[in-house]
Order: sequence, then structure tokens, then C-alpha cells
Amino acid sequence: MLLSDLIVPTLLCGVGLYGARRRVDVYGALTRGAEEGLTVLLHVLPSLVGLMTAIYMFRASGAADCLGRVLAPLLTALGIPPETAPLLLVRPVSGSGALAVGSELMETYGPDSYVGRVTAVMLGSSETTFYTVAVYYGAAGIHKTRYTIPAALAADAVMFFASALAVRALFGG
Amino acid sequence: MAMTWVWTGMVALSLLFGAWTGNLAALGGAAFEGARAAVELCVSMAGVMCLWTGVMEVMRQSGMTEKLAQAFRPLLRRLLPRAARDAETLAALSANLSANLLGLGNASTPLGIRAARAMARGCEGVASDELCLLVVLNSASIQLLPTTVAGVRAALGSKAPFDILPAVWLASALSVAAGLGAAKLLARVWRD
Repeated sequence: MLLSDLIVPTLLCGVGLYGARRRVDVYGALTRGAEEGLTVLLHVLPSLVGLMTAIYMFRASGAADCLGRVLAPLLTALGIPPETAPLLLVRPVSGSGALAVGSELMETYGPDSYVGRVTAVMLGSSETTFYTVAVYYGAAGIHKTRYTIPAALAADAVMFFASALAVRALFGG
Repeated sequence: MAMTWVWTGMVALSLLFGAWTGNLAALGGAAFEGARAAVELCVSMAGVMCLWTGVMEVMRQSGMTEKLAQAFRPLLRRLLPRAARDAETLAALSANLSANLLGLGNASTPLGIRAARAMARGCEGVASDELCLLVVLNSASIQLLPTTVAGVRAALGSKAPFDILPAVWLASALSVAAGLGAAKLLARVWRD
């Protein structure tokens, strides 16, 4: 048994008890939140249909393999599996695009494979950089972003490298 | 508009590549398969996703987010000392950070924006060092429970969808540290 096997049941129990002790309608909140989740999915579905259509075509045409081959020397040198090349390009630009590319990778290689796990960690430990910059600065009326984008992309680059490193360290390559 | 170019570009590239590699015949089938896979994915991850947004709502209503936010104040006073001088901005910043950690994306963005607007006062459209830092931190956000990814993994038949958690924490901690370091370094050398 692994420690991470206990995270889910412990969390469910802990959150329930904590809420009940504070006189929160735990079950009501749970179902209301679940309804919100459904709304999120409903918003994601149309863009996923569009994006996954394009991604499946991109892979079937051989373009994804070619991209992987072009970037392979650099990625292999950094210890990043070259199969994830399309994800690296999409991740900073589009959140639903990254989800679509990532799920396709996890499906092709298996969610519990090395490539599948690296993909999952990359998806889980980053935000959509350009979207974040656009939303925050748009709302705050900032038009000179100075070094925000280079610094944010540096964080992304380290995240890609660290994701592969963390999976190799914790699961073995 | 950006996505228009990305999408059209991908489809056009696929057609060009398909013609070049002789995979043209497979493209139509792949298109339909992709559309079907998108719906399948949404349906099969719906349960896990809804369960977690439910748990998040319980956390929010029982005040766990606020508790966590309190704990972040000292850290934020060090990271963003000028913005933290204003009590309301500090409250928004710490709530933004704690909502990010709990994966409450919909809640964290408006809070972060509130802080950013307050911090942008008197900047005349030019991002200050602290604003740059805020946006970099948000774009590299640490998430304790990446529920969407776990949902996808569960949908694809993973044996333990959450076994990636320690790896996610490690990777995002390193990425946030890199973002912080890069922002601090660039703040010194950047010429406008």
C-alpha cells in the first residue's frame, strides 16, 4: 500500500467531518459543487471536440511524429520524453488544447506508463501562461508587460524538465 | 482569435503532411475518432470531476479556504511588501493563493484580478515588479489536488489516478521557484 492510496479516502472523510463540525450542510454543498463541475464539463466539451478532432488528424498524418523527431535530440538531452513534444508547444497557449493533447498521449501510451505519467504531471503542475497574462493584465489595464512572459516561460520550461525528473525519481523511468 | 489560427493551422498541416507521408486516407477517420474520443473522455471523467468540485465546495463553505489564506499572509508580506501594505489587497492576494492551492480555479482568478487592479493603480499601464511577480506566480501556480488530470487518468483506466500527487508537488514547487528566481533576476537587468 502506498501513502498516496490514502489521500483520497482520508481527504473525503476529513472534509466531511470538518464541515459537519462547523454546521455546514455538507451533503448539500457536495451536490451543489458537483453541479458546478457539470457546468465546467459542459463548457469544456465543445472545445475538446474541436481540438481533439484536429489533434487526431495531426497524429494520423504523421506530423506529430515528425515534430517529436525534430525536437527529440534536445528533449532527450534534458531527460524529457520526446513523445510529449506536442504538449510542450500547446501547454502555455491553451488550457483545453493541453488537456486534449495530454489525454490523447495518456490514451496512446497508457495512463500508468512512463510517458503517461510525465504527461499527467505536466498537465497538473502548470497553468496556461499566456491566458493568465492576458486575463490579469487585461483586467488591470497593463499594456507594458516587461519581463512577465520570459519569467513565466522560464517557469514553464523548468516545470517540463522537473515533471520528467520527478516521475523518473518516484516511479523509475 | 489565436485559437482560430492554431486550429486551422493544425488541420492544414495535417492535410499537407498526410499528402507527403501517404497517410491521407486515414485523416477522415481520425477526425471522427477524435470528436468521438472528446465526448467519451468528458463522459468518463464526469464522475470524478463532479465529485471533486463537490468536495471543493464543502471546503469553501466550511471556511477551509479562509483558514489557509490566513496562513499565507506572512509569506506574502515578504514577497510583495508594497502590495501587502494595503489590508484589502493582502486579503485578496492570500485568498487568491489559497484558492489556487485547493484547485478552485474559478474562485482564484477574480481574487487575483482584484489584487492586480489595486496594485496597478498609479502604474500608468506599465507592470511594476510586484505585478510581474504576481502574474508569474499565478501562471506557475501550485495545485495540491490536480483533479482534472486525475479524472482523465481514472477515465483511461489508471490503477491509482492520484499516485502522481508527490511528483506534481515536486514539479510545481520547482517551477514556482524558477519563476520567482527568473522574475527577481530579470527585475535587476531588464531595460525597457
